[in-house]
Amino acid sequence: MNKKNIRNPEKIVDLISIEKSFDKIRAVNNVSLGIKEGEFFSLLGPSGCGKTTLLRIIAGFEKPENGDVFINGKNVNSVEPNNRPTNMVFQNYAIFPHLNVSENVGYGLRNTNLNKDEIAQKIEEALNLVGLEGYHKRASSALSGGQRQRVALARALILKPRVLLLDEPLSALDKNLREQMQFELRQLQKSVGITFVLVTHDQTEALTMSDRVGVMFNGKVDQVASPEEIYNKPQTKRVASFIGNMNFFETQYLEKNSKTISVCHKDLGNIKLLKSNIFGDDKSKLTIGIRPENFKINNKNGKKQSKSFNAKVVEKSFMGDTMLYGINLGENDHHTYRISISDIKNTPSPNIGEEISVYFQEDDIVAYFEE
Amino acid sequence: MKKSNKIFKVIVIFFLVFLYAPALLLPIFSFNNSKVISFPLSGFSTIWFEELLYENTLHNALFNSLLIAISSTILATILGTLVARASTRYIFYGKKISITFILVPLILPEIILGVCLLTVLIQLGLDLNLWSVVLGHTLLITPFSTLIMVSAFNNLDISLEEASLDLGMSSFQTFRIIILPMVSPGLISSLLIGFVISLDEFIIAFFLTGVEPTLPVYIWSQFRFPAKLPSTMALGTILLIVSLILVSLFEYFRRRMELYNYYSVGLDQN
Repeated sequence: MNKKNIRNPEKIVDLISIEKSFDKIRAVNNVSLGIKEGEFFSLLGPSGCGKTTLLRIIAGFEKPENGDVFINGKNVNSVEPNNRPTNMVFQNYAIFPHLNVSENVGYGLRNTNLNKDEIAQKIEEALNLVGLEGYHKRASSALSGGQRQRVALARALILKPRVLLLDEPLSALDKNLREQMQFELRQLQKSVGITFVLVTHDQTEALTMSDRVGVMFNGKVDQVASPEEIYNKPQTKRVASFIGNMNFFETQYLEKNSKTISVCHKDLGNIKLLKSNIFGDDKSKLTIGIRPENFKINNKNGKKQSKSFNAKVVEKSFMGDTMLYGINLGENDHHTYRISISDIKNTPSPNIGEEISVYFQEDDIVAYFEE
Repeated sequence: MKKSNKIFKVIVIFFLVFLYAPALLLPIFSFNNSKVISFPLSGFSTIWFEELLYENTLHNALFNSLLIAISSTILATILGTLVARASTRYIFYGKKISITFILVPLILPEIILGVCLLTVLIQLGLDLNLWSVVLGHTLLITPFSTLIMVSAFNNLDISLEEASLDLGMSSFQTFRIIILPMVSPGLISSLLIGFVISLDEFIIAFFLTGVEPTLPVYIWSQFRFPAKLPSTMALGTILLIVSLILVSLFEYFRRRMELYNYYSVGLDQN
């Protein structure tokens, strides 16, 4: 076989320089992405970022204008969806309304050489796998949202695909069911050992379920990493602000050492940044980012930490497990920064209007070069 | 609110009487035992229905009409299905204008259509027979079939087709196992409405029928004989009942189609 058509077998899905446009709008812009065998991979991004298009390119429903799609080491550019080793759970589940649960789940087995008993056996197993024992004869119109999703999962998994593609599978469910299904999906993936590729716009969903997350904006993948790394070391400013909350401060460039860069902010003072926490091409300005939970409040009479600054409380809200504050820094600075305190008991609880002293660790700071 | 409701009711009742009173006269006179169509009624009788049993020309006309209705309905439904599938799934140059042209027979007076078809057939040197009527009726029914099938295909969620392909089925299998059953209420609606349209169509049939009359043409010819009028009324009664049944069936399948759509998108969240 042609050498160009064989790829690294460790990557079950390998996308090389994929490009796809709809009516002159670049939906996917030169994306290269490798998904490893057996992992739970999430494509995360705001709506319209091209994540669903990318998933449909893997499934074969969309043909990329440029680039190559490899699945299990084979170039599948010209392979139709029905001949790809992928199966999909659709956003609206696409349950065939004129077929009952068994007929839906067993649908993909029609083209196999299995006899009736073997098919019945497989349907039974698939229904047990998703927790729908005894639903065989149920009409698909009599299923609830959660049950429809389970049928869609069983139907896709019964063919033992190499890759299961999930297009926003939880977005149609209510909050409690969604959280339960996040957990169940994760368990299911571990027990069947099939590679899952999930598309979602929900950060929590992506972070809690995945082994690795790819964050997309405007047709480009900004970062591919583990959930921890995505959260703690977001490589671009838009990833930082899309995942969780991030306070940004513009700083002046002071000096550069082999491992650190020193910057100055008018209210935070001089700050030493780790080079490994700085992202982007070397430019004149650096914007630093600090997560709300990386700020701590100094005890009034206690010893002040080294990296302290003064602030005024302008907002305060109790969230149950955390206390959220909004603070202003200088007299004339009306930008509100966020602080989140999880250790409520052992932290002072200032009221709105109070002056407080806040500190942070330099290691927790991420920074981005900007024009 | 209440007052306007009352006015509304009166209008509806007036409208229904206006629509259905003439049709009600049919069964009344077809069970009357007088040869004269006028009040007062003279007595109950089923003699006019019995008379229908011995009318050989009527039987021939009925057979012709059924043959034409079935053939043209099937042809038109196939055409309408193809048009609908193309227009709902594919984007191509001149789509809107070609769909518009397919729908033109809806608004064209039938007499014009009849004259045009007659001219064309004679110019082509073709004989006028039952098949020329089938041709005319297909032209007449295709717009209706197209409209019904477009709505059937619009209701069909494209992800159902994709799911079927994704699960390893070929395009043809997908069409047979998923698409066809899903649009079948539309197909049945189209067949029923086409059948009803063809069965009582007179003008085109009159122009194109040649020597073999269809049922409406036969009925028209019977009006020359006053003695035949009561049995024609009886025939009308039968046709009325058949039409009512067919239209009710049509409505039933149309609603089934809407229900399908509702379930396939899965709006219920419980």
